[in-house]
Amino acid sequence: MCAVRGLTKTYPAQRGRRGVPATPEVRATDDVTLDIRRGEIFGLLGPNGAGKSTLVRQLTGLMRPDRGSVEILGHDVVRHPERAARILAYLGQESSALDELTVSLAAETTGRLRGLEVRRARAERDAVLDELGLTALAARPIKKLSGGQRRLACFAAALVGERPLLVLDEPTTGMDPVARRAVWAAVDRRRAERGTTVLLVTHNVIEAETVLDRVAVLDRGRVIACDTPSGLKEKVAGEVRVDLVWRERAPLHVPEVAALRDRVVESGRRWTLRLAPEEARAVVATVTGGAAFAALDDFTLATPSLEDVYLALGGAARQGLVRA
Amino acid sequence: MSTSAAASVPVRATASNDPNEGEQRDVSVVSADVLPGGALAVQEQDAAELGPRARLWPSLVAVYRAQLSRARVARIPLLFVATFQSVGIMILMRGVVDGGGEARAVVAGSAVLVVAFVALNLLAQYFGQLRASGGLDHYATLPVPPAAVVLGAAGAYASFTVPGTVVTAVFGCLLFGLPMTHLWVLAAVIPLAGAALAGLGAALGLLAPRPEFATLLGQLGMSAALLLGVLPAERMPEAVRLVRDLLPSTYGVEAFARTFGESPDWAFVLGDLAVCAGVGVISLAVATWAYRRAAVR
Repeated sequence: MCAVRGLTKTYPAQRGRRGVPATPEVRATDDVTLDIRRGEIFGLLGPNGAGKSTLVRQLTGLMRPDRGSVEILGHDVVRHPERAARILAYLGQESSALDELTVSLAAETTGRLRGLEVRRARAERDAVLDELGLTALAARPIKKLSGGQRRLACFAAALVGERPLLVLDEPTTGMDPVARRAVWAAVDRRRAERGTTVLLVTHNVIEAETVLDRVAVLDRGRVIACDTPSGLKEKVAGEVRVDLVWRERAPLHVPEVAALRDRVVESGRRWTLRLAPEEARAVVATVTGGAAFAALDDFTLATPSLEDVYLALGGAARQGLVRA
Repeated sequence: MSTSAAASVPVRATASNDPNEGEQRDVSVVSADVLPGGALAVQEQDAAELGPRARLWPSLVAVYRAQLSRARVARIPLLFVATFQSVGIMILMRGVVDGGGEARAVVAGSAVLVVAFVALNLLAQYFGQLRASGGLDHYATLPVPPAAVVLGAAGAYASFTVPGTVVTAVFGCLLFGLPMTHLWVLAAVIPLAGAALAGLGAALGLLAPRPEFATLLGQLGMSAALLLGVLPAERMPEAVRLVRDLLPSTYGVEAFARTFGESPDWAFVLGDLAVCAGVGVISLAVATWAYRRAAVR
């Protein structure tokens, strides 16, 4: 239902000014090709700055690509960006246009601007606020809500005036588990009843693993992998992840520990290793016995997550994906 | 439209890599059974039906209503600050100006200053910040005509000036002993000066490359309206008077000031208001163009 071919966008180099260093030319999206199928929850996963939002802005007609094509439900969005607004609903990261409105008026106005007549907009508003458990907050200005509630109110506005494609840019940021469940329940209901397709931008690995049907992993503007979450994890299936946390510093006087040094990703007191299962067993045996154990604070042994996939595929950012 | 869209979208895993695919589809729609091996070739059907477009008036009203409701949350900056400022200026000027033509200029200038403060300065800031923070994306991803967003916001900001302008005018008349007979002319001055200044404010806010510039330009515009509108024109040097003639708020001030006279010359009043209306049309058109430009980058 959404076909992206060779999408490329380059931000020109910026000359330095006083207090602002010069930045080189940046390829925000680099020859991106994707196919999103009808009725699936498709994810874009990557650390901050990977080009997820730039890609989404090009899919929603907010930004013109330098090259490439985007076709949604048979409409060429690059040539007719104004059609995107009539096919999809977009939840951006910014809520400043709605901040000073009440939850109820934000949803109703958004519905009216999606072409609904007053009565229909009000009926849909009431239904959506009820569905998301926002009725009690309907008369409160969005600005005065907590971060997660504010996000949920903007999500409600995105649902009024139904669209076959929902583009959600980190919709659950700051939400508590109850609100998250409300979001995914609302998405699932629309998918089951109307075949709604969802394009989800996220840097949350756990969310990606639990809700996505397929995921494209983005790094520095390129799609470095695209498959189901479990399909991706099979790429690193032969590996186990070992996290070692030392009390103060690693006991490098222990030869077995010193030998691991050049294979770890070090972050403060924490060492992260990706090892074959038998190697991992040997490492755990070493650090839980003998001299190394005195220096050990904590350790975990885990099967690989999408974060490991990202790193195994050569993802550049060591930090930036979130497990929450 | 969900059911028809659902029926018309084939689930197909054999999407072609040909970037011209979209263009070809526009030209030729060949039915699947005409193609060789038609049973296997899955023909993509016509593009799905688009959602409705929001029409100009209903969406303008919706934007206007939503913007107007912001006054409940941001009451002090939107409704009161400008009034306090204008009333303060009139009290200050009371010590210098005794009456006659100068008093009329001060009262009319202070009243229109409320319009300049809110419609020009605050609207420039609002659009500047909305643009910088990405808030325009919200409107840009809705099928709403650009004119509806600009006119709705400009109309709301012009409406915010009504209570302040009326309070300032009445207070000024009492303070300087001016007749209130023709205060009804505010019913024309506020919307027309409001249109001119709000259009200017929206255009500045949407064109400024950074929000600080939008704030600066709005402040400068308001300061110009203050200095050139409130101070009596007769005391100004020739060059400054020329600048005064270029400022749209001047015509609102003049139109209003003329109506304090014994027998106002209504032809001149109408002429001044016509200038406001003309500037309003042009500046709102520029603002709409600027919005379109700012929305898709």
